Amino acid sequence: MTHLPLDQQLLDSCAALLLLLSFAMLSQRRIVTLVNLYAVQGAVLAAATLLLAWRTGEDHLYLSAALTLALKVAFLPWLLHRLIRRLEVYWDTEPLLNVSGTMLAGLVIVVFAFALAQPITRLASTATRSAVGIAVSVVLLAFLMMITRRKAMSQVVGFLSMENGVFFGAMSASYGMPMVVELGVALDVLVAVLVLGVFFFQIRERFESLDLHHLESLKEHE
Amino acid sequence: MALLLLLLLPVAGAAVLGVIGAHRRAPEVNALFSLGTFLAACALTAQVIRHGTVLLGDEQFFIDPFNVFLVALTAFVGMTTALFSRPYMRVELDHGRLSPGRLRLYHSMYQLFMFTMLLALTTNNMGLMWVAMEGATLSTVLLVTLYRTPGSLEAGWKYFILCGVGIAQALFGTILLYVAAGKVLGAQGMTALLWTHLDAVKAQLEPTVLALAFVFLLMGYGTKVGLVPLHSWLPDAHAEGPTPISAVLSGLLLNVALYAVVRSKVLVQGALHSQLPAQMLMGFGLLSVVLASLLLWRQRDIKRLFAYSSIEHMGIATFAFGMGGAIATFAALLHMTVHSLTKSSIFFTAGHAAQKAGSQAIEQIRGLITLSPTVGWGLMLGSLAILGVPPFGVFTSEFLILTTAMREQPWATPILLAALAVAFAAILSKVQPMVFGETTVRRLPHPPALLPVFAHLAIVLLLGVYIPPYLAEWYRAAAHLIGGP
Repeated sequence: MTHLPLDQQLLDSCAALLLLLSFAMLSQRRIVTLVNLYAVQGAVLAAATLLLAWRTGEDHLYLSAALTLALKVAFLPWLLHRLIRRLEVYWDTEPLLNVSGTMLAGLVIVVFAFALAQPITRLASTATRSAVGIAVSVVLLAFLMMITRRKAMSQVVGFLSMENGVFFGAMSASYGMPMVVELGVALDVLVAVLVLGVFFFQIRERFESLDLHHLESLKEHE
Repeated sequence: MALLLLLLLPVAGAAVLGVIGAHRRAPEVNALFSLGTFLAACALTAQVIRHGTVLLGDEQFFIDPFNVFLVALTAFVGMTTALFSRPYMRVELDHGRLSPGRLRLYHSMYQLFMFTMLLALTTNNMGLMWVAMEGATLSTVLLVTLYRTPGSLEAGWKYFILCGVGIAQALFGTILLYVAAGKVLGAQGMTALLWTHLDAVKAQLEPTVLALAFVFLLMGYGTKVGLVPLHSWLPDAHAEGPTPISAVLSGLLLNVALYAVVRSKVLVQGALHSQLPAQMLMGFGLLSVVLASLLLWRQRDIKRLFAYSSIEHMGIATFAFGMGGAIATFAALLHMTVHSLTKSSIFFTAGHAAQKAGSQAIEQIRGLITLSPTVGWGLMLGSLAILGVPPFGVFTSEFLILTTAMREQPWATPILLAALAVAFAAILSKVQPMVFGETTVRRLPHPPALLPVFAHLAIVLLLGVYIPPYLAEWYRAAAHLIGGP
């Protein structure tokens, strides 16, 4: 058994933490806690980026870590909390699949994700390539969360968590994307959340609730 | 220079209209900015015709015959739609469906949407293309919900979430592409996402990872093309948003998304030495054609009807790109052009018709021709054109696609023919009573904008009868670029 260097071990723990957080989000029904979990996920992501930056000496990763910290740990959670208070949505209703069922589905997804990540892991030359499987799991678990939730707010957190997974994948497989692209993606995420904020108020003004079952009338057989 | 103008004019337009968008003359300002963009697109096209493929701005922008024709088309339809939206939005304002504030939002976002699409088309960077595609969704979400009706909110939400998830898959695909390219082009280079560089080394890229990347890219951008089974946002967004937005979504956004799919396919096909991408495109294309033509029968809303028809036609183009080869690719490009022109002209007339009848329900729209012969005939001719009746251009492209399919993929030909026949019967049986018979419609204070409708139909007719040699040359060069010799 070879000893891994400390920074490698730390990075691996970050990856493991991300996966754990994904499962925690999957089972969480309190929306405020969900947003907090999202903020923690962002913080772990920023820490992993920082470690990687220090390890590889890539300057753009420092910037990327700062961006993650500012956007995903501070600004977006603040905005979401504000929205929650203004809209008074604190709890999601019973999900479409019960918690234990969701967890089991999540486990299957993780196995599948690692199988999917195999060829990428083989190709990538980065020290962190083993984490690609975790990144794919985070993406797919977020997807599962979006499918099983009813409240618009939980779906949005799922969407943002999916973006975290994609971002972590980019980092572990190729030490991030070119800076222009990363900035562009960050801008898009920011605008997306702002648009959603406006959008939520429109939904609420119309239905006086953020429950998505109101939004199911456009069916084929009317 | 032309490129700079092309991209800066819509941004400037968005800023200016963000301030004065509620002014009485704002629709004219909107049209003027679109006209400027179109002129810039013409200048750019002339430049490409004279000098061939150009790389600009530190290789970040790249114009070849394939995308320049889409740039010209996008700018042209953007301009005619701005002309159409002048009387249309005034009537909506008079009917109290809109407030001046929302009109400002509409005008500003319209320009921003044009910008994101032109950026997606002209950029050489696969990452920036992703950013622009996501920007196109974001700029139109609030336009789909412009009327704030329950239906429009639902449509907007569906549009946002489905395209958001889709586009996240595409981002993952883009990352995989970057990882695979990093191996060959150097991991930290800015060049590893530039399409021209990827294209140059595509034979050396790792096949398994590229196959995986293509699945993600196709899922992502395919959602925006409206490929079945990822299409469910499309009819809702088309039916619930204002009609000018339906016209640009159908006529332009779907094309730009298909452009992204085809660009990815060129790379992956080059790396794979197998038929996987081609087969996936053909499969999804055929599925979309068949399902959409069956669903056409069930539609009761005029805009939903033509939204499903868009899914069908995007399916045909996707199928043709999947077949590959010079003729099929040529036909697919022609099909993208004529579909975009015809479909937007149909949405123009459908919009006017719905306003005159006071409803989008097909049953409420009757006898357009008695009160307004031009709108009636516009709708009839547009429908005939989109159904592939000769001598319109859609006939030419569908004919080419079918004959190629007979030779290359004989199994698919009867399926395609049957689907086209079903679509023909479905649309014609629904459009015919809307145009002829007893009338239910009334006159409106603002005369309809008919110039865009008939200009589009005239071009489609022209393309059906006679394709000018330089245009044919242009399509051939583009087909050569993406479909092999």
